[in-house]
Amino acid sequence: MSAAAITARRFTPPVVGFGSAIFVLAAVEFLIRIGLINRFIVPLPSEVAASFGRVIVEEDILHRFLQTAWECSAAGVLLAVFGVVIGAVMHRLPLFRRACETWVAAFASAPLVLAYPLFLVLFGRSALTIIMLAFLSGLPPVILKTLEGLGATRRVLINVGRSLKLTQAQQFRKILFPSALPTIFVGIRLGLIFALINVVGVEFLINFGGLGQLINDLAERYDLPGVYAAITFVILVSVLFFVTTERAERWLRSVG
Amino acid sequence: MAEIGRMTQARRAPRWLSGVVLLRAAIVLVVLLIWQGLAVSGWFYRDVMPALPKIWDALVKLLSGVNFYWNLGVTVEEVVIGLAIGGLLGVVAGLVVGSNAFIAKAYEPYLYYLGPTPKIIFFPVMIMWFGVDSGSKIAMGAVSCFFPIALCVAAGMHQIDSVLIKVGMSFRANPWQMATKIYLPAMRHPVINGLRLGLGVALIGTLLAETKLSNRGIGFLVIQAYNNFDMPRLYAVLVTLFVLAIGVNALVARFSGLDAIKQK
Repeated sequence: MSAAAITARRFTPPVVGFGSAIFVLAAVEFLIRIGLINRFIVPLPSEVAASFGRVIVEEDILHRFLQTAWECSAAGVLLAVFGVVIGAVMHRLPLFRRACETWVAAFASAPLVLAYPLFLVLFGRSALTIIMLAFLSGLPPVILKTLEGLGATRRVLINVGRSLKLTQAQQFRKILFPSALPTIFVGIRLGLIFALINVVGVEFLINFGGLGQLINDLAERYDLPGVYAAITFVILVSVLFFVTTERAERWLRSVG
Repeated sequence: MAEIGRMTQARRAPRWLSGVVLLRAAIVLVVLLIWQGLAVSGWFYRDVMPALPKIWDALVKLLSGVNFYWNLGVTVEEVVIGLAIGGLLGVVAGLVVGSNAFIAKAYEPYLYYLGPTPKIIFFPVMIMWFGVDSGSKIAMGAVSCFFPIALCVAAGMHQIDSVLIKVGMSFRANPWQMATKIYLPAMRHPVINGLRLGLGVALIGTLLAETKLSNRGIGFLVIQAYNNFDMPRLYAVLVTLFVLAIGVNALVARFSGLDAIKQK
């Protein structure tokens, strides 16, 4: 197969996918213009594209983005520290692990974000409410993946540590933790994704903070092109976040 | 010998008296005692942490009234319809994307990257499209569950043994026959897993939408208790909701055979 054919084979599917998205948007634009879709319900895609600049400048989107990023980072640090520590303690104490592991898994399936009114009462309408909810929602995958990673450490590595008469702390620092790090990072990545979803969601629901509040604000002002532009912006931020953490995970796995 | 000794000991000790059960009971007891201690300490504003008897009374009152079951019925109806619509669309999208390598390369990244975005941000759009009644909540449930189901079905399609597909093609099965006789039976577990994940996110999407704008459903009960600052009732509704969600998730896992798969 020639180089041109290989290039064509590689790039044709993404081009077709992107082209399809453009085609759908063009079709929607056409249907709105001929009156088949109500423009007071669905704004013209061209109006949405044009409103990007306005939303970015007038709504101070950089400040809002930084606010959301700060809340996510704070929740991320909390869930990484507490998740790994709780996972390590559970791994160290097998009885405690057997008693609590199923609870942690069950906790993961509970719709914790529904408790946001309770968090509003406990922490007020502030960033702390958003951070605490994001932290707790992202905690179970970090704990479970830490347990999985530490439990999957190869026996031979543990035996090497024992033969070198390492203390429990040294065994953890030099052998268990480095060996489990790629799996732990998978948990932290999942936790961060849950945290981002909850941060933006709760910002929207309590009308406070960064990007989530922006969507709520624009919707209350009935600025439809602005709402669609803000939603697109949040989707782009989520995708960027997802791709970055995915790349970091791959890099860590290749290094490990 | 030591092994036999341990086995004999295990046989003697009743299951309900095992170390795990005792530790669990101790943890629950300690948490409840700490809660009650904090509730009566006066360190928090009144009713922010209600005493346990107050929460118990609210729970009994909630579960003995007709109002709760009526609202539960509304939420269940919205979730089931949302799951049916989103699930059906997700299965079809997953089958289409997973059945062809070119289509998978062209469209699967959109499913993959849109999947983890926060779906509640679409709620203002859903209100515009489907109104403030149940329609927008059903739509939220459908949008929420579409992505995990489509991704699970597409992933399941990629894992199907190619021999099975060749057998279907050699019998000149049409697309419907291929879907119902080859693809769906061969990937029962990814589909069920997707539906289980979809059920969880559809529930969250619907309930969050109810808390934002609704006058019925369990989400409405949560926000109503908050607005009235009826904290014992708020705790009672949340506890009931969490128990129901965790229970349904565990039941689906057990009856779909996913537990057995995990144990293998």
